[in-house]
Amino acid sequence: MNAIVMNRVCFSYSNGLVLRDVELSVRKGEMIGLIGPNGAGKTTLIRLISGILNARLGEVKLDGLHAGKLKRNALAREVAVVPQQFNIPFAYRVEEVVMLGRTPFMKPFHDSSARDRDVIMQTMDVVGIRRLEGRYFSELSEGERQKVVLAMALAQEPKLLLLDEPTAHLDISHQVEILELLARMNEEGRLTIIAAMHDLNLASAYFRRLILMKEGAIVADGPPERVLTSSTIASAYSVPVHIQPHPLTGVPQVVVLPTGNGHRQETVS
Amino acid sequence: MRIFTGPRRHISIILLLLLVLITCVIVATAVGSVSIPFGDVIKICWNKVTAFDFTPTWRAVDETIVLQIRLPRVIGGALVGAALATAGVLFQGLLRNPMADPYIIGTSAGSALGATVAMLLPVSTAFLGFGMVPVLAFAGALSTVFLVYYLARVGGRTPIVSMLLAGFVASAMLTALMFLMITISDTLHSRFASVYGFLMGGISVSGWGQIAVAGPIILVGIVVGRLWSFRLNAFALGEEGAAHVGVEVERNKALFLALGSVLTAAAVSISGLIGFVGLVVPHALRLVLGPDHRILIPASALAGAAFLVIADLLARSVASPRELPVGIITALIGAPVFLYLLRRSGKEYSL
Repeated sequence: MNAIVMNRVCFSYSNGLVLRDVELSVRKGEMIGLIGPNGAGKTTLIRLISGILNARLGEVKLDGLHAGKLKRNALAREVAVVPQQFNIPFAYRVEEVVMLGRTPFMKPFHDSSARDRDVIMQTMDVVGIRRLEGRYFSELSEGERQKVVLAMALAQEPKLLLLDEPTAHLDISHQVEILELLARMNEEGRLTIIAAMHDLNLASAYFRRLILMKEGAIVADGPPERVLTSSTIASAYSVPVHIQPHPLTGVPQVVVLPTGNGHRQETVS
Repeated sequence: MRIFTGPRRHISIILLLLLVLITCVIVATAVGSVSIPFGDVIKICWNKVTAFDFTPTWRAVDETIVLQIRLPRVIGGALVGAALATAGVLFQGLLRNPMADPYIIGTSAGSALGATVAMLLPVSTAFLGFGMVPVLAFAGALSTVFLVYYLARVGGRTPIVSMLLAGFVASAMLTALMFLMITISDTLHSRFASVYGFLMGGISVSGWGQIAVAGPIILVGIVVGRLWSFRLNAFALGEEGAAHVGVEVERNKALFLALGSVLTAAAVSISGLIGFVGLVVPHALRLVLGPDHRILIPASALAGAAFLVIADLLARSVASPRELPVGIITALIGAPVFLYLLRRSGKEYSL
């Protein structure tokens, strides 16, 4: 069965249409990179799949069930989200943040089980943050924080993981570390993953399926070779680019062609 | 790992705080214009609650003082302290702001207006054995929260910032109404001392009747808060983040708002407006115990109870025979403690 099926989904915020007739089907165990310029609707698509937003028209089905009709608790055991922005008030320690991922399994009179503690330890091991145990979340570096948030999402034991630009603000070693981790979770844990990505070359290197969005619609969907062509990228982002195969791996790589205009403006200001 | 030692650590913290509270209650019951030995206080209470009896070696009048005068007041103070501290934890957790206090969305102004209206009524009016002041203070506090909640409601949601703003505006209006009534009413002029007493806060418990009503409300409020505290924890992730980990945001927001408001209203109805307990106690405990509401709620309830029992003891003994409003004591102790914590944490707080 498919992990996600979206049928002619439309969504608009009060200030205008954001998604138009989105058709999408995702098989279990896929790892998908969601690309497109700012405002293309990537975050909105993620929020529709995670049930934060409800489609105005069309339907979103997860595992054959209507996303909008599932109880939040049941949904949170299926789908976990790593949001773009994450901040937490008060002095939370690393393991206390990860523990919040166990919320969907807690009930009154049953809010701290041995299993919760096992899963927290396990996910902290998988993500490689056991050594951060006891540290305050607010004192961590950007890369360490992102791993803690990822561990929290994995503590939900989801079947589907949605990430909104998980590598933004990270240095190159942390970017690679996060993406390697996702690839491993996808392969070994059979976790279905959808990640919005800004860096096209990283997306090309790590995802076998890319979905390109522009102005609320999906304009290309397929393997990097089909999606990352100079014509699709140039039209979606309105910048001239050159596509060349990676010298070692052969995946398409996007090279920006400077037009010179931006450079002149910079020297004037 | 701290959460591994969780349950055992939690139990020892609770037992320790319970011991502190019981000690405070005994001391506060023994001390007063007639001082009664600690041993006698313990034995009198023991005789009352258990089948086994000590032979009385104390005067009958001491027993009356302990059981009919001091103990209701001390227990009343403990309940008020527990309610305010728990309400403080609930509001701080829900609003993700350590500066929130139980009165933040207008319960203080609402209850004060209710109390003022009650003072306009003939003195003899009563409801379920209560004077009208506690009844209308309770009703005023709760109806203000309802008003604020619905004023802030937009398209099926109640954004927290709108609620804070609506609460601020509602407070200003209700306070203005209260002062308008005080200014134009001769009855209120003559009863200004009572209005003033309500605003400054003081434990006005004169028997077991009020405790029999307010006690269960407060205890149930604390227990329900503790049972669903794991959902309050999720609110630290923000509303969308809480939804991601399976919390029905609007429904739970309403639950915690209602709990906090009922606790505050019940406290206010027997004590008037006592400041700083709901702010300082949760804040201090969070520094020591961490932000997990599963321990923070019961710990704050116990510590808040002990704190107010001692504050009330000071209020009635430092200037004896004159009795000070307990709100003065809590502010004089609480404000410096709060400032100290604020500066020590060295953090910049944001909304």
